[in-house]
Amino acid sequence: MANIIEVRNLTKKFDDTAVVNDISFSVEEGGIFAFLGPNGAGKSTTIKMLTTLLRPTSGTISINGFNPVVDPDAARHSFGIVFQDPSLDEDLTALENLQLHGALYSVPKNTLAKRIAELLALVELADRKNDFIRDFSGGMKRRLEIARGLLHHPKIIFLDEPTLGLDPQTRNHLWNYVRKLNADEGITVFFTTHYMEEASQIARHIAIIDNGTIIAQGTSADLQKETGTASLEEAFLKLTGNVIRDESGSSLDRMRTHGRRWGRR
Amino acid sequence: MNNAIYVMWLREVKRFIRSKSRIVGSLGQPILFLVALGYGLGPVFQKAGQGNYLEFIAPGIIGMAIIFSAIFNGMQVIWDRQFGFLKETMVAPVSRLAIMFGRTIGGATVASAQGVLVLFIAVLAGFRVASWTGILPAVIIMLLIALLFSALGIMVASLLKDMQGFQLIMNFLIMPLFFLSGALFPLNSAPSALLLVARFDPLSYGVDALRYFLIGTSTFSLTLDVGVLLGVSALFLALGSYFFSIIEI
Repeated sequence: MANIIEVRNLTKKFDDTAVVNDISFSVEEGGIFAFLGPNGAGKSTTIKMLTTLLRPTSGTISINGFNPVVDPDAARHSFGIVFQDPSLDEDLTALENLQLHGALYSVPKNTLAKRIAELLALVELADRKNDFIRDFSGGMKRRLEIARGLLHHPKIIFLDEPTLGLDPQTRNHLWNYVRKLNADEGITVFFTTHYMEEASQIARHIAIIDNGTIIAQGTSADLQKETGTASLEEAFLKLTGNVIRDESGSSLDRMRTHGRRWGRR
Repeated sequence: MNNAIYVMWLREVKRFIRSKSRIVGSLGQPILFLVALGYGLGPVFQKAGQGNYLEFIAPGIIGMAIIFSAIFNGMQVIWDRQFGFLKETMVAPVSRLAIMFGRTIGGATVASAQGVLVLFIAVLAGFRVASWTGILPAVIIMLLIALLFSALGIMVASLLKDMQGFQLIMNFLIMPLFFLSGALFPLNSAPSALLLVARFDPLSYGVDALRYFLIGTSTFSLTLDVGVLLGVSALFLALGSYFFSIIEI
């Protein structure tokens, strides 16, 4: 099958430091691709470049045949994304957040109502749909965020650590739904996670990134064979080492702290 | 595209209507100015032969309420960046122009609503509108002022990453725009240097047009007022949408 995502020699530098350094990979249409790596390896930066939020320093990207730098609108039509950190409007209700998303993605009215009901049931928030997001717990926000990312059925869905902070039940539901979307509608799935058993079970193709470069690619079995290990987790640790990584606080993190001190509005 | 403009507009309006503390809070400052300055400086103004000071500053205070609210609404972009919602709109398959435009007119609607509230309070405080037929055109002027500064707010917010520059914006943008606009003193009798500065402040023309419709006096011609408001709004909208469209997260 053809490749729906093509990345060639992609590099992103912040003040001369390459956060993503000359990476190349491709994802075939209808595939499930896991992008793994320790904290600060460059996963989120890569996803931001793929989803038009950041401009690459060099290299080329093709998303569903479109270059996100040259033709961002066409590229945006092709994907949906669940971000790693929150992106809901706290001052709107759960239902309003979903409706706003539906309007931005031009989901037809009747389909929208049906999907909202279906997805709210999936993430078990149907009875809280008229509550404001600011009253939601972290886990509830996460679940709603996932429901929203799946609301329009895009050609590609990016899931940046979607299961972070979810209980096993919800994780299970979520992956079943994602697999169903993949099987029934042929939606290509691109996800990152720190749960290796998840990646091993769900992804058909895995790439491991560390310090901005891709250090291994293949199926879970390939990676285990290559490293002579018995599980993906062991293979991952062997490839990336045992040292714990630190992420430097971004200006956003600093602002969050600032904002908390300052009070909102 | 139209749908995106509408939902972004609706979001701003909903947030405003739901936030009672914001509505009340934003009225505190204009009321203080009206009462303290209007009543406090009134007798002095009268003795100087300039007439009723409350009548004179009421349009200026309306302008003040609008410019504060409009610029802050624009700067809401920074909060959205902080709380993550900005990303959701930035990856949506609608042009960023539509998102920016929806936010601008949403912010402008809210700011003009506050202007109307201040007008209402001013009337309660003793402000007499010259002619009731002037109200509707005055509201349209309020919308124009609000549109202009809403676009300016978004432009500034698009260039800032966080709230660090907030004091800078407050002290070197909003305050000068307000104080130098002739909102509080008559431009006719101002020293020529001050008048020259005021001529470069778009709020001067907004307040002047409000005075034209609400109390029947003005410094500049109405055509000039409306022309400047329209022209500068168009400029800020164009610049604002450019800077908004190149935001990186």
